[in-house]
Amino acid sequence: MIAIIQTYGSMLVQALGKTLLLTLLSLSFAMIIGLIISLMNVGKNRFFNFFGTAYVDGVRGVPLIVLAYFIYFGVPTGVKMMGFQDFRLTALQAGTIALAMNCGAYMAEIIRAGIESIDKGQMEASRSLGLNYVKTMRLVILPQAFRVMIPSIINQFIITLKDTSILSVIGFPELTNMGKTIAGNTFKSLQTWAIVGIMYMIVIVALSKVAKRVERRVNLGRG
Amino acid sequence: MAEGKTIISVKNLKKSFGRLDVLKDMSMDIEKGEVVVLLGPSGSGKSTFLRCLNQLEAATGGTIIVDGQTVTDRHTDINKVRENIGMLFQHFNLFPHKTVMQNITMAPIALKTMSKEDAHAKGLALLKRVGLSDKADAYPSQLSGGQKQRVAIARALAMNPDIMLFDEPTSALDPEMVGEVLAVMKELAADGMTMVIVTHEIGFAREVADRVVFIDAGYIVESGSPKAIFNHPKEPRTIDFLNKVL
Ligand SMILES: Nc1ncnc2c1ncn2[C@@H]1O[C@H](COP(=O)(O)OP(=O)(O)O)[C@@H](O)[C@H]1O
Ligand SMILES: [Mg+2]
Repeated sequence: MIAIIQTYGSMLVQALGKTLLLTLLSLSFAMIIGLIISLMNVGKNRFFNFFGTAYVDGVRGVPLIVLAYFIYFGVPTGVKMMGFQDFRLTALQAGTIALAMNCGAYMAEIIRAGIESIDKGQMEASRSLGLNYVKTMRLVILPQAFRVMIPSIINQFIITLKDTSILSVIGFPELTNMGKTIAGNTFKSLQTWAIVGIMYMIVIVALSKVAKRVERRVNLGRG
Repeated sequence: MAEGKTIISVKNLKKSFGRLDVLKDMSMDIEKGEVVVLLGPSGSGKSTFLRCLNQLEAATGGTIIVDGQTVTDRHTDINKVRENIGMLFQHFNLFPHKTVMQNITMAPIALKTMSKEDAHAKGLALLKRVGLSDKADAYPSQLSGGQKQRVAIARALAMNPDIMLFDEPTSALDPEMVGEVLAVMKELAADGMTMVIVTHEIGFAREVADRVVFIDAGYIVESGSPKAIFNHPKEPRTIDFLNKVL
């Protein structure tokens, strides 16, 4: 175990960095996707409702690993067939897209539930003052909804962080992929996977602790 | 008192929710500065009528003209009209994530009817007017019901409306807090605000209303001065209702 850490320690830390990078990128895009899709779903426009529901059902209906293969291998092949020979996707790009799409669908449901949990009187009070729908969402509904959603969002963050390991299948050098390489080179599966597991655990536990803090502070602000 | 200029004109208003016809055929003109109290049994359509005036509920038929703007016309900029119509709710509907001052200044700042500084100054003046100068930085959850409703009045007044709608503003209050809210409303009436009020406070209606309108089952049954309605009601349904509440 010590030997592995001595030899591969810096590579493992680098790989963990890649995992975190992929997580952060995916989450940022997932938040945007989630917000857009959820707004489509809470509004009354039938076309938007249809599109929003189709997105959520569609993405949730496909395993992440299949989505990752489709985007990394399938999409470039398709684009090339359309005549764009230079089109390429790096593993990081494809991984980010797959994760963001996947996490975005869950985020959309979290945000929708958050918005719907806010009392109808809030929308009416704001509209009666002359604010339009968009301003009301931005100033009145979403700030309250986000407070309600914080625990679920953090939970989704953790799930997405763990899901990055699935992207080892498209060869992105994140933590799990590094674990495969090291276990293959050293034949020390037990030690290698124990180390990798502990590394994930440390980050996730730390994240949950920070999350609890944030949650408490936000609730204090309510007075 | 009335100045003889119509500010709200309702003609043949109809409203249904699905197959439920709530407002059947209502017409009413309200003059600038007039205080109208709507009275009627629960479920008779009082709230729905009020909410049609600022189109929180879209009318199913008929026309409503407010300040020269046909609010029942889809092409009217309803947000602009609403800036001129304050509304008070039974459950206050203050914004819980904002301080009292932020509750009051949000709309004028977001709608750019005032600079931040002016909105703040106006907020302080309004809080003084409703007797809550010391609560500017409090959150709604730290206030009593009566204080919340007074903040809600200040919030509505921040947009300088010509008209104020009240939907049972004291019904959710403990009895000892009803008076403080009614006192603020009385002052508003004395200042010449046009007010349409749904309330069960008969004493208040007697004292402040220019006109009392009795509504039942989606129709205006009877309307007149408080004296006429309370002392000499003509319609059996009005008499019946008043016997129950007086
Ligand atoms: N959004 C709605 N959807 C369906 N029915 C409604 C809605 N709002 C009100 N109603 C119905 O309309 C009728 C009148 O309601 P309302 O105007 O609130 O009466 P009031 O304020 O006089 O008690 C009631 O039967 C009520 O159930
Ligand atoms: Mg009502």
